[in-house]
Amino acid sequence: MKNSPLVVKHINMRYQHNPVLTDVSFSIPEAKTIAIVGPNGSGKSTLLKGIMGLEPLMSGAAVFFGDSLDKKRLAVAYVPQREESDWDFPINVMDVVLMGRHGQLKFWQRPTSTDKKIAEQALEQVSMLNFKARQINELSGGQQQRVFLARALAQQASLYLMDEPFAGVDVTTEKAIINLFAELKAKNKTIVCVHHDLNTVGEYFDWVILINARLIAVGSAEEVLTVENLNKTYGGRLSLLNDLTERLYRTNLDKVHDE
Amino acid sequence: MNKLQGFELLEPGYWQLFIEFWSFVDVNATWVLVGTVLLGISASVIGSFAFLRKRSLMGDALAHAALPGVMIAFILFQTNSPLVMFFGAIFSSFMGLFLMSWLPKNTKIKPDAAMAITLSFFFALGMMLLSYIQGLEIAGKSGLDKMLFGQAAAMLPSDLYLLSFVAVTILITVIIFFQKFRLIAFNLVYAQALGFNMVLYETILAILIVTSVVIGLQIVGVVLMAAVLLTPVAAARFWSKNLSTMLFTAGVIGGVSGLISANISYMAPAMPTGPWMVVVLSVLFILSFLFAPERGLFSNLNKQHKLRLKVREENILRTLYVLNERTLQPANQEIQLNYSFSLEDIMKSRSVGLGELQQTLKRLCVKGLIVNMPSQQIDIKLSERGMDQAIDLTIRHRLWENYLTQKVNIDAEDVHGQAEKVEHLLTEEQTQQIEQELINQSTKDPHGKLIPVSRKIKKELSHDS
Repeated sequence: MKNSPLVVKHINMRYQHNPVLTDVSFSIPEAKTIAIVGPNGSGKSTLLKGIMGLEPLMSGAAVFFGDSLDKKRLAVAYVPQREESDWDFPINVMDVVLMGRHGQLKFWQRPTSTDKKIAEQALEQVSMLNFKARQINELSGGQQQRVFLARALAQQASLYLMDEPFAGVDVTTEKAIINLFAELKAKNKTIVCVHHDLNTVGEYFDWVILINARLIAVGSAEEVLTVENLNKTYGGRLSLLNDLTERLYRTNLDKVHDE
Repeated sequence: MNKLQGFELLEPGYWQLFIEFWSFVDVNATWVLVGTVLLGISASVIGSFAFLRKRSLMGDALAHAALPGVMIAFILFQTNSPLVMFFGAIFSSFMGLFLMSWLPKNTKIKPDAAMAITLSFFFALGMMLLSYIQGLEIAGKSGLDKMLFGQAAAMLPSDLYLLSFVAVTILITVIIFFQKFRLIAFNLVYAQALGFNMVLYETILAILIVTSVVIGLQIVGVVLMAAVLLTPVAAARFWSKNLSTMLFTAGVIGGVSGLISANISYMAPAMPTGPWMVVVLSVLFILSFLFAPERGLFSNLNKQHKLRLKVREENILRTLYVLNERTLQPANQEIQLNYSFSLEDIMKSRSVGLGELQQTLKRLCVKGLIVNMPSQQIDIKLSERGMDQAIDLTIRHRLWENYLTQKVNIDAEDVHGQAEKVEHLLTEEQTQQIEQELINQSTKDPHGKLIPVSRKIKKELSHDS
């Protein structure tokens, strides 16, 4: 696929000696919403973190718009899982959203009035502008999620990688996120989400990546969401693949075997 | 004469020393004051970041890790010049930092254990070297044992110049890097995703913490240094919700503790400064915990007390509504709420003590929610405004009961208890939201009682027409 926003090439990841993902490769189309789906512990979030360079890769690479992440940082926005942050931190909504501008600011620079306008616009897009002076610990879970989305929007990126944006949010937020997806798609932006809810995958997303420790299927939602594929995804891991990859890591075979 | 006796009970010298200290005649003492205050400010500001990143114990371990460096530098260079001591301490603190981060990454030892191991190993090593030095014949060794608990008054001007310079540098660096440090402290993963040069920022943070620990050695000492890093921000959390004001408050608290300690150290030079500083800080912490507005203990108790009074008042309004409802009402008309009831009537339908009820009625009367209370207290009657409130409370109560039965599928018998609590909390906005969300907008609650119509809405409607 030419000019794909994201190409994943043979990614292998592990946690200590346990394999988490084995040889995952795919590329995604532009201006689509894409879901990464799989059971708990299947490595969905880990894959996203690996792609973003937040967790080490054993091997493989992620290519963004034909380049390495470091060269395309400004084109890529990441929305971490809400639960991973300290929501008691002494900071207000506006300052969190302004963090989205810090990829472009030098270490001594403060956000300018342009940055503030961009941040306010981002808050408006998720209907949170009224909350801009609120402390983040006064927000509901759904509102927290929308603040994180606004922060990513403030980056004005072309590719958005989101870790479970729909997890534990209220109906209002769910609708706000769906509307936002449509807006972004219309502007030719691409969205990749880790998603856990099989009931809504087909409705919310154009493309689906099914994984369970390995890649099971990738393609348009209608093609991929078949009973056979879902059985494979939710039917547990392949025990031989799991055991032997673990042996591979434990014995350090990579080091003694010639390429 | 009598008035002065209080002072004369003190050692006469102390009062004189106090005046001497604050008239700034002793240049050295003034430098000690400046240095101690600057240390208090800079340590509390940089300590705040360690605190917010949940790395509170790191400062403690780093302070202990500085001790052997000081001793080794002294043995090697046979001098106690401030720069030599400073770099000795920095070097060994960094060794400690390295060990603390290396162990968890490369062994099965967890970070807390690594910290404890590092702390005790370096401290033991430092103490061993200290006792070795005590047996040597080198000039200047007498100051070294002051490193344990600190002694501000014994510091020389050259020590203080270095200290002040470093403290000011730390503060300026924090101001420059403030935005990035805040981002990292709040959301490390996001900072990495933005492509921050994490090695650079982590190194700068580490250098700032290490240097502020090291300059504190002569004033606070290795044993208690952690308290100066952490207690101010812990106290400041009660005062502010915003990081910049929180850092400022922490700085003020740290500075004040430095000020008091320098004064005490001047008046009683034999006493170690560190314990004084920590005691002052702890007192400031306790004061913050108790008296801070909004977040302090007393403020919370006061809020709870006010809420309790409000709940009691609203409960009586609700009871009066229900009593009115039970009285013969005209059919198919708006509910009449102008009947009178006695204390017994109220106490029969709500379990409330007589004293509490009388007090609550008195407050309702003062607020104009019930019509003037007669002396016999037999005809208690809602005022117009009281009726409005009673109706609104009843709406909230009954709507919530409907919400629970329709949306949450709770049995009608079980919803009353929850609605009894929620009626005090629902805002107007939320009440409207419930009305919208309930599909079959029944005019009755699950027990078949009528949900009244708010008079405010009625008034608006009549204005419109």
